[in-house]
Amino acid sequence: MTLYFKYLLILFKSQMQYRTSFWLLSIGQFFIPFSVFAGLYFLFERFGQIKGWEFFEVALCFAVIHLAFSLSECFARGFDTFSSLIIKGDFDRVLVRPRSTFLQVLGSKFEFTRIGRLLQSSIVLIWALTNLPIEWSLVKAVTLFFMIASGVLIFTGIYMLAATMCFWTVQGLEVANIFTDGGREMAQYPLNIYQKWVARIFTYVIPFGTVNYLPLMFILGKTQGDEILYMLTPLAGSLFIIPCFLVWQIGVRHYRSTGS
Amino acid sequence: MIKVEGITKSFKVAKRSTGLLQATKALFYREHTIVEALKDITFSIEPGEIVGYIGPNGAGKSTTIKIMSGILVPDGGKCSIMGFTPWKNRVEYVKNIGVVFGQRSQLWWDVPVIDSFELLKDIYYVPQQEYKSTLDLLIETLDLQDIINSPVRQLSLGQRMRCEIAASLIHNPQILFLDEPTIGLDAVSKIAVRQFIKAINQEKGVTVVLTTHDMNDIEALANRVILIGKGSLLYDGKLEELRKRFGTHKTITADYRKNSNSIDIPGTSIIHWSPEHAVLSIDTEQILTSDVITQLSKKVDLLDVTIESQPIEDIIVQLYKEFQI
Repeated sequence: MTLYFKYLLILFKSQMQYRTSFWLLSIGQFFIPFSVFAGLYFLFERFGQIKGWEFFEVALCFAVIHLAFSLSECFARGFDTFSSLIIKGDFDRVLVRPRSTFLQVLGSKFEFTRIGRLLQSSIVLIWALTNLPIEWSLVKAVTLFFMIASGVLIFTGIYMLAATMCFWTVQGLEVANIFTDGGREMAQYPLNIYQKWVARIFTYVIPFGTVNYLPLMFILGKTQGDEILYMLTPLAGSLFIIPCFLVWQIGVRHYRSTGS
Repeated sequence: MIKVEGITKSFKVAKRSTGLLQATKALFYREHTIVEALKDITFSIEPGEIVGYIGPNGAGKSTTIKIMSGILVPDGGKCSIMGFTPWKNRVEYVKNIGVVFGQRSQLWWDVPVIDSFELLKDIYYVPQQEYKSTLDLLIETLDLQDIINSPVRQLSLGQRMRCEIAASLIHNPQILFLDEPTIGLDAVSKIAVRQFIKAINQEKGVTVVLTTHDMNDIEALANRVILIGKGSLLYDGKLEELRKRFGTHKTITADYRKNSNSIDIPGTSIIHWSPEHAVLSIDTEQILTSDVITQLSKKVDLLDVTIESQPIEDIIVQLYKEFQI
């Protein structure tokens, strides 16, 4: 873990060599989700509510998923841009160092410019929270924290799956964006506004539903039945990363036997 | 130290086809050919040796290095390095080796070199005390003092290569694999790199395996060469032996007092001739060099004679031809 922070530090120093580009990109990253959020705002301005969901409730949903997304893009960018590591042959270098491939790939790149996106999502989060009549308790706060943390793990898992594909295809696959960008766009609204099958995919296959929709019902007091079950769903969602990790290991083994 | 026994490795390579139709077809279905990169390679290396691993492009040099450094898993054969099988226990094994890929950097591009060294120290779990003494030694012997605080991107290739080699030695490995360490370097840097490799081999007893296309590297460093071509081991032995066996031609350059007589000597051929100067190529299997000079001195009044062995490059080219690789 300390090594991870050392990687972080050295890449931060590298990033600081290009200050102007850092600030411009960060500002850009602030405004991209801002425009999406503006769309959301005007949607509710016009319709008032969607399937019983108020504006600030959806804003909270939006903030959680965008926070998770920007954090994962910032810290797990190494897997997101993994194809370049393969193409340049730098993965060989990873293999001759006495650390896990997971840690080294994670430490190969950080995208600090996502700070802009992070800031924007945080503002939305705070704005939504201050405008929602939630009875706060420690359990709810912890749940909120786990929602974001598990979200990060799920996005990271998808990046890892996409990165693993590079062992076979060499080039990066845009296909993964369907799940990351697509998943983010879908999951920024409560899942029950969609068709049943869509909601199911995003609950059981790629469990975005478990990190915002389901626990959000608990936080907002919309649950019927067992509250603890709703509360624990983020933890269940975070299990998603385990098969991703195993698939990654298979990919590494494949690379070492083919060397392509 | 290093024992390689019957290593084989083959790659599946997609057939490249020409033409739009073929290219479109290739999108859906690709024909593959199996390329045998290594066929039954066996050798062993003792501690403290410097071994030059040579062969033309595509001979399998890099594949062997990759197998020995634990990056690739071979299809068959055994390999034992310091008691480890490189592709098993990867993490434990690689602590003991240093690897330099001449064409790729292992340093972080935008930060001062020293920062990369610090990070490598942490990656390899090197204790602070040991790190400091190693670093001091490296700075001194590789003359890094002036460049260690500059970002890597501002360094010249020669400076960078010195830093690369230093970086691969931060953790005091007992074996160093160098894949083309002098590629693209100017003469001064090449000599500096060679001297350093020699120094760490003699002072720290580091075993060095290096691949190169520059025969001067081999001549300066390695007393043993392993030659491979098309995946097979062709020669393993001393450089001089190689020269004796295959370098059977010598060149004699003679200056003499004006003399227009012919200087034909059996077993030699005249490369260049003028009334005062001649260059002869002799085949040492047919005639001894001393005999040529004796005969020459009978025919002309010799002023000056120089004898040159065949350059090692020529020998290698000849070898490649002989083995048809």
